[in-house]
Amino acid sequence: MGTTVTESTTLGNKTKFKELLDNFGLPRLIIAGFLLLLFIMAPMVGADFATQISNTVNRFSWNAVLVLAMVPMVHSGCGLNFGLPLGIISGLLGATLSIQLGFTGGMSFVMAILICTPFALLLGGGYGWLLNKIKGGEMMIATYVGFSSVSFMCMMWLLLPYTSPKMVWGLSGKGLRTTISLEGFYDKVLARFLQINIGKLSIPVGSLLFFAALAFLMWAFLHTRTGTAMTAVGSNPTFARASGINIDKMRMLSVVLSTWLGAVGILVYEQGFGFIQIYTAPLFMALPTVSAILIGGASVNKASIANVIIGTFLFQGIVTMTPTVINSMIHMDMSEVIRVIVSQGMILYALTRKTEGSK
Amino acid sequence: MNKKLENGESNRWLELLQNNSVPLTFIIICAIGIPLSGFSPGYLLNEIVTRMGRNAFLILSLLIPIMAGMGLNFGMTLGAMGAQIALIFVADWQIWGIPGILLAMILSMPISAVLGAFCGHMMNHAIGKEMITSYIISYFMDGMYSLVVLYMMGPVIPVIHAAIRTTRGYGVRNTVSLLNMRQSLDNLFAIHIGGVKIPVLTFLLIALACLFIIWFRKTKLGQDMRAVGQDMDVARDAGINVERTRIIAIVMSTIFAGLGMVIYLQNMGNISTYSSHKQIGMFCIAALLVGGASVDKASIGNVFLGVMLFHLMFIVAPSAGARITGDSMIGEYFRVFLSYAVITVALVMYETKKRRAKGKAGRLLRFEQHKGGKK
Repeated sequence: MGTTVTESTTLGNKTKFKELLDNFGLPRLIIAGFLLLLFIMAPMVGADFATQISNTVNRFSWNAVLVLAMVPMVHSGCGLNFGLPLGIISGLLGATLSIQLGFTGGMSFVMAILICTPFALLLGGGYGWLLNKIKGGEMMIATYVGFSSVSFMCMMWLLLPYTSPKMVWGLSGKGLRTTISLEGFYDKVLARFLQINIGKLSIPVGSLLFFAALAFLMWAFLHTRTGTAMTAVGSNPTFARASGINIDKMRMLSVVLSTWLGAVGILVYEQGFGFIQIYTAPLFMALPTVSAILIGGASVNKASIANVIIGTFLFQGIVTMTPTVINSMIHMDMSEVIRVIVSQGMILYALTRKTEGSK
Repeated sequence: MNKKLENGESNRWLELLQNNSVPLTFIIICAIGIPLSGFSPGYLLNEIVTRMGRNAFLILSLLIPIMAGMGLNFGMTLGAMGAQIALIFVADWQIWGIPGILLAMILSMPISAVLGAFCGHMMNHAIGKEMITSYIISYFMDGMYSLVVLYMMGPVIPVIHAAIRTTRGYGVRNTVSLLNMRQSLDNLFAIHIGGVKIPVLTFLLIALACLFIIWFRKTKLGQDMRAVGQDMDVARDAGINVERTRIIAIVMSTIFAGLGMVIYLQNMGNISTYSSHKQIGMFCIAALLVGGASVDKASIGNVFLGVMLFHLMFIVAPSAGARITGDSMIGEYFRVFLSYAVITVALVMYETKKRRAKGKAGRLLRFEQHKGGKK
């Protein structure tokens, strides 16, 4: 682990194939191979291939925007956004307020996005200010800022004066329920839009189009002057400062963008999943998202849209396929354990790789 | 920083306040919470003594990596896992009482050593990011632990008694009862003073651990670790094998954590097989930080002060919260929030102090150069 760079330069005539392999990384190859194996085995153990593909694509559409939220902060050198729970909280506030104010159907989704934006800007701004003060130790602090804010919001969900009967506890009428159903609101509002159903195969084209639009906007942004400045801040801060770029401002912008995308991402996730999960659920959303983008080929200081797409697909593929295939084979439900080992192992690998600027 | 040179007296108080802000905040919270909660002082005293005996050993294990400059060792969870595996075996082989505890401690040591070596090795590959790496390693190892305990124990690793096995045929049950060795360490030589039970033997073990740490700091290895903690490059130039020293620090910490977990579990009386170890890291680190420690400096005093304040807050918060808002869940969430918040504040203070020190060093260098140039 982490000794590839020096070896390839000293040996000189390493084949291009081997170099490609080293850059791609052994763990990623293992994961991609594992997924391929699962796909091949699925029809053999009796799992319905079309349903599996539909499930994988569906889960991809739920998670892709959340993983996309990782990209801006990686580009600006703030590392992996372990503080994604802050964006998720903004999204949850948008969702619950949208329902509280009485919007239904597709309109509730649009209003949720509109309402979550000021929260995302506020929380993202505060979070960005904090990260600017602690350059170098972002990842650990981000994790605990995320945890603290989720715990704080746990108290708030109980105290805030929500009254909508769809959301509060039945008996006392005060405090939000842990899981709020989105039937009648924006449940599958994007997924059903232009949905393709061929037999058992169902593809949520609407969600995929939504993700594609956001991904395209991100790609376009990264190629503008501001976007390129952001990337410069991440890859070479000294050069960026010499070129007159305001590093703090760029980092703040990337954090706000990331938080906003996280807010929209959790809304997309909710519409696919069908429920709003509050209280402690956001605690467990950052780590799988981080490992998804790492599986896709990103590193602590480099991430692209392709990484997002490949990574989300591989990760969700494993999460979907492992239970059905392995359960049919050995009648043991190992899916949760395998998911934890794969995702955490991937993050561990990325953290321990020698990156291009470190000692 | 410059103001300190001008008027030393008043700013010394301000700095004292700043450095000890976390313990002071907790003292205030406890002062408000204790009367609100309605618990009697006798009950609180008994609870604190029990918790001190239960947790102090675990928190002492965090001191060594801080000395070696590796920050807060979130990987102490690995030691806890080693202890749990050892205890599962001991419970299965039905060795109870003090011999059982001794055997569990001895068994946990090789497991903790191997896991600690892995953790230390990984942290050496992620210099500068040790804390987040140990944090992720604890989650990763939790997956491996589940793999071993949930799937391999039973089919692959023999578990004799059905009381420990789940009905599925593989895996260990969610709780493993330690009823027959419950508090055997505590009860031996226990003294009862006015309703408060003092587990003398446990405190003896804790005192031994403290003495060990004090002695260790004076040994060559201890001095090596402190040198590595201060400045890795200078230590390397002085001929110290930095990588090996760091790995040894983590191995020692993990072994201590394993022993501490055995003490913790014998006091609790049962193992929550899949969840006992998860929160232990976070709560121990929070307790240490509440005691006034920081990411790069911790002393034995911090450990004991931290246990007292943190656990006082922990006991008092749910009832106090219920009294204030009428909802009992608020207190529970509040104490979790405080635990996370205290770690966040400590991490932020550490990072800002680090950057301020770098900035100050840069300014001093510039001042020196300017002075030299003027001559």
